[in-house]
Amino acid sequence: MTIFLLTALLLTLFSAYSLGQSKARSIALTQGRLHSLPSHYGGYVAIWCGVPLVLLLLLWWLGEPLVLKALVLDSFGERIQEMSPGRLGMLYAEVRNTASGISGFQSSDPEVLAAAKAYQHYAQRSQWIQVAVFVLVALGGLAFGWQRIRRDFRARQSVERAFNVFLILSSLIAVLTTVGIVVSLVFESLRFFELVPLQDFIFGLKWYPQIAIREDQAASAGAFGALPVFGGTLLISFVALCVAGPIGLFSAIYFAEYADRRVRTVVKPALEILAGIPTVVYGFFAALTVAPWVREFGIKLGFETSAQSALAAGLVMGVMIIPFVSSLSDDVINAVPQTLRDGSLALGATQSETIKQVVLPAALPGIVGAFLLAISRAIGETMIVVMAAGLNAKLTLNPLENVTTVTVQMVVSLIGDQEFDDPKTLSAFALGLMLFCVTLMLNVIAVQVVKRYREKYD
Amino acid sequence: MTDSGRRDKVPGFQRSKAQRSQQPVANRRLRRRYAAERRFQWYGRLAMLLGVAVLAFLVLTVFSSGHSAFVRHQIGVVVFFDTDALGITAQSPSEALEQAEYLVLLRKNIFKMFPQVRKRRDRKQLLGLISSNSGGELRDLVVSNPAVLGTKQQVWVTASSNVDQILKGNAPREIAEQHRLLNDKQLKWLDRLAGEGRVRTRFNPYFFTRGDSRAPEMAGIWGAMLGSFWALLVCLLLSFPLGVAAAVYLEEFAPKNGWSELIEVNINNLAAVPSIIFGLLGLAVFLNFFGVPRGTPLVGGMVLSLMTLPTIIITCRSALKAVPPSIREAAMGMGASPMQVVLHHVLPLALPGTLTGVIIGLARALGETAPLLMIGMFAFVVDLPEGLLDSATALPVQIYLWAESSERGYVELTAAGIMVILGFMIVMNSVAMYFRKRFERRW
Repeated sequence: MTIFLLTALLLTLFSAYSLGQSKARSIALTQGRLHSLPSHYGGYVAIWCGVPLVLLLLLWWLGEPLVLKALVLDSFGERIQEMSPGRLGMLYAEVRNTASGISGFQSSDPEVLAAAKAYQHYAQRSQWIQVAVFVLVALGGLAFGWQRIRRDFRARQSVERAFNVFLILSSLIAVLTTVGIVVSLVFESLRFFELVPLQDFIFGLKWYPQIAIREDQAASAGAFGALPVFGGTLLISFVALCVAGPIGLFSAIYFAEYADRRVRTVVKPALEILAGIPTVVYGFFAALTVAPWVREFGIKLGFETSAQSALAAGLVMGVMIIPFVSSLSDDVINAVPQTLRDGSLALGATQSETIKQVVLPAALPGIVGAFLLAISRAIGETMIVVMAAGLNAKLTLNPLENVTTVTVQMVVSLIGDQEFDDPKTLSAFALGLMLFCVTLMLNVIAVQVVKRYREKYD
Repeated sequence: MTDSGRRDKVPGFQRSKAQRSQQPVANRRLRRRYAAERRFQWYGRLAMLLGVAVLAFLVLTVFSSGHSAFVRHQIGVVVFFDTDALGITAQSPSEALEQAEYLVLLRKNIFKMFPQVRKRRDRKQLLGLISSNSGGELRDLVVSNPAVLGTKQQVWVTASSNVDQILKGNAPREIAEQHRLLNDKQLKWLDRLAGEGRVRTRFNPYFFTRGDSRAPEMAGIWGAMLGSFWALLVCLLLSFPLGVAAAVYLEEFAPKNGWSELIEVNINNLAAVPSIIFGLLGLAVFLNFFGVPRGTPLVGGMVLSLMTLPTIIITCRSALKAVPPSIREAAMGMGASPMQVVLHHVLPLALPGTLTGVIIGLARALGETAPLLMIGMFAFVVDLPEGLLDSATALPVQIYLWAESSERGYVELTAAGIMVILGFMIVMNSVAMYFRKRFERRW
């Protein structure tokens, strides 16, 4: 049905365009020069046809399921009065599955069967009405646009105004995305905080999101203290930064100050490949290669080492964020004015002394910014920790232990059955909100730090 | 002494006693400083080499554990295509040909090759040498060539994953029986087959033609590739026009005020939001609010397009910025309206630069996993997705699914899947680089 309507939409648009264009052409032949180009008149008619049609399709797409649900559930009468929204949804799903005839979903309840009949009836009627309205709107738009075409009608201005509106709407998508992220995170988090108090979430030391099957089971309510989860994230990010910080910074210094052009053009892109490799590849590498090494090494040294240690995940994550540190630091080191270096060298300092005592202090704010951006990447990284870190929410500083992270818990609670009145599912949104705020803050601070530094030398 | 005595007579070489005693100290300090300089350079070199070495090691690990997935082992079984046992003849309709019990026939013929294996348990282990899906291979053979019915043929059927892994050397052979994938008896039978020349290695077509499977030897990446293709198609169709339109507005028409600055800050921040957050957005808005079908390439592509938009907008804006004002002024002078100037002249010149950004954005979207997990493109999908509304997985998700499977045979599949995805990324990035080189214009 959707494909049929979309094809019809395209055909209508095309014919509206050519009709308008040909009318404009014939007017131009009989009455002389038009105000705008014939294609503008064609576009004008097409817009009058297309915009209402697209709105109509959107309206149907959004509204039809709601109306159908209300109509069908109405036929149940008394029975649904005291049902919870969740149960209602399941009942409706049963009706729909019965109506669409999916095998294995046939209900035996006579009321559901009747409702399924009604559903089919309404759905069919809705389709007919949609087609009828579609044709009416298309003809109406066509007729309206068509009769407006005159020799002196300013079609170009109208078409360009419409196009301008389209451009503005497109540029608003970015804002809408941000709004969508914030609203959906806040909305679902509020539902979560109705079930779990905010202070328990932020300051709680225990994270057991499992919900007991029976009421009387131990820990039946689950515990949602986010501190150990954030602790694990910070531990792994710290390990990652210990890897990426020195390696990234030293290679940036080498690229900017020592390397000749050939090394730079070959090795620098090679390092940047590290940022383009999909994160599941790193996850595979961490889980299959690095984690067993770390475990073996730790046991050889006499430490108790988990098979999914924070160290393994952190090491690999560190490799991933090397390019973030190195290319940003490279940029800021290059931005330090040459005069500073010349002055230092002229005073007799060696090149490394110049770098350590003049260039790096001058570039420090930018380097700090690069580190902050790298940390924000590490905190938001998902696949490496999902594949290589564990599920054990534990507040510890020992990188050989099994810890869990914010992103791992989000994935775990959303894979599988999702029930939006269950704190386990909703906790993912609360964690997501925290994650969003933290990474946003780090980014804003990093950008500010870099910006302030830039103003210093220009 | 005589040496320094002579020097002292040369004008300009007069030094006090104190200076002379300091000289070795200064030299020593200079040496130290130079050594520090060399050390420092070596730190830089080491750091750089370490990064490249890790990259090389990573690629090497993937290749060494993945290359074996492109071949498979086959076992030759002498099969008598008994028309009575199958209940069909060469003249039967193709439907009957497809529904006959080939697995039963295959089993019977294998037992015939090993007449000394009698016990029920042993026979079950004997069947463990061949893939549980090899009945399907027999069926395909008969359906494509019904003339084999009633004849005796040597048929090559796919070996089971355990046999495959041991023969490839991915799983050790010389270890205690209880840790080995095959037990002693199975190994004995396998060696007998190999001695008779009934084991061979061939290219593995299933990897490139099939969807996921519970049996590693039958699993393929094609279903995931199709899923990724559909999702990226949606992503391209949404993010390319919208991204270009947004960039054109912001660069060419937007008044420079707080509002457009807000949009700009927004776009830059979106590029830094963790990808998993986009998954939450897709779950809450696309799936729960708008009711887009879960786990389909449609919703996957919609989420990915939100993530690619900032990349496209940013590259398109810089491409538009690079078009010199003289072009705009010339078009304006010929009487074009501002919209015509942009659409007819500036945008076509900026398009190659934009395409580079689009391809790079798509390559990044191809590698994204986390948001797809959130919106349910995370399922065991055997059937090949044929459209936007079929449930599907994507390449990286398939790799993740295989990596989480415990069976030995999935390890090489995971690595091979990674080789495929890395191959796609290399191709896409090379195309982008080619575009940049080919169409880069300096005014």
